[in-house]
Amino acid sequence: MAINTKSSIGRKVLMSLSALFLLFFLFQHFLINVTSVFSPDLFNELSHFMGTNPLVQFALQPVLIFGVVFHFVMGFVLEIQNKKARGVNYASYNGGANASWASRNMLISGAVILAFLGLHFYDFWIPEIAHKYIHFAPEDPNRYFGELQHKFTDIIRVVLYSLSFVLLALHLNHGFQSAFQSVGFNDKKYTPALKKIGKWYSILIPLGFVFIAIFHYINQL
Amino acid sequence: MKLTLKIWRQKNNQASGKFETYPLDGVSPDMSFLEMLDVLNNELIEKGIDPVAFDHDCREGICGMCSLFINGEAHGPDRGVTTCQLHMRKFKDGDTITIEPFRAKAFPVIKDLVVDRSSFDRIQHAGGYISVNTSGNTQDANAIPISKHAADEAMDAATCIGCGACVATCKNASAMLFVAAKVSQYALLPQGRVEATDRVLNMVKQMDLEGFGNCTNTGACEIECPKGISLENIARMNREFLKASV
Repeated sequence: MAINTKSSIGRKVLMSLSALFLLFFLFQHFLINVTSVFSPDLFNELSHFMGTNPLVQFALQPVLIFGVVFHFVMGFVLEIQNKKARGVNYASYNGGANASWASRNMLISGAVILAFLGLHFYDFWIPEIAHKYIHFAPEDPNRYFGELQHKFTDIIRVVLYSLSFVLLALHLNHGFQSAFQSVGFNDKKYTPALKKIGKWYSILIPLGFVFIAIFHYINQL
Repeated sequence: MKLTLKIWRQKNNQASGKFETYPLDGVSPDMSFLEMLDVLNNELIEKGIDPVAFDHDCREGICGMCSLFINGEAHGPDRGVTTCQLHMRKFKDGDTITIEPFRAKAFPVIKDLVVDRSSFDRIQHAGGYISVNTSGNTQDANAIPISKHAADEAMDAATCIGCGACVATCKNASAMLFVAAKVSQYALLPQGRVEATDRVLNMVKQMDLEGFGNCTNTGACEIECPKGISLENIARMNREFLKASV
């Protein structure tokens, strides 16, 4: 027997599994990007590996794209269902009295992250796919650092990136521990520690990405 | 205390309702919220106006009948209480208080502030029980060894009075905390394990059929619950559901 993916619990389990996968992806993305701060060569080497390894390109990349699309589509579907479940709205609803802004507005933070992903794909992913699979340009293993730096010469882009990461931090702040709760992990002994890890993750990873963007901008002034 | 009450009035399930404003004087801070509404209703009856319909029964925080969404919060601004346990000292002289029925598609309004919470009963009927022989040969429950820890957790879950504050306060109108409490109170005990698989699948299926929303783990339900039912119960229900599904 399989999990009923049409049931409310089945869907939230799928949401959390895709979220856990994206949390892992974000962490490894950060680890690679942060190397650009102290070693352009290492950044080039890692980016070249990720950009040319067949397992990454043809197995993990499609899984990642599916994970991102699924997480967003299911998030919107569930939000619509949840709005319908209320029926008539309250005239007075003090949501802040018992739940954080981040937990009540995952759709807003998610929509900002979606818009950011559009910009991010425009900046990096689409040129990368065009470079490799449309123009069949010869591979230069040292091109990645320059391409990264070039994007952060524009202050508007740096500001947009930074603002998006504030919303990402809020999204992760609720999403990290929520993903574990949804798959049934809530334990008196371990959950407080997990919540602390989630808080630090949600602050440090987005802050790290902002730091990388500002670092490259300042370095090119 | 002198108050201004903005109360949702709706003649019946089919009628479209609206807010009516009633000034009320002479309210004692020691009154319960429901006693304050009794005073209002006496005044309305004297004036020949239809009194405000609201649910209540034990008025001791035990039965779970009283509901009401007061100033944007289920059971009002206090924590760990039902509306009958809320006292007027929680409000200030001159306050305007907005009183609405619990809002959820699965809790249709019957009249004014009274809602139909029989969807909870149907969820219970779907699996919130254990099948035991009641012919007179029933085994003594004390003959089955149960750890103190499991018994305490089962008892905590069983304190849910099915008031529906979790649904009312949840931004998604989700009934997960209620269903999780009812699943947990049996899942933790050996007597409940026998039918655990069917129970969780059937109760979740009924919950979805009733039109409740999905849980997004905001935790509002746990804070508003007058009995302090914990989110750990929702995690346990998720585990039970996954175990039952594979």
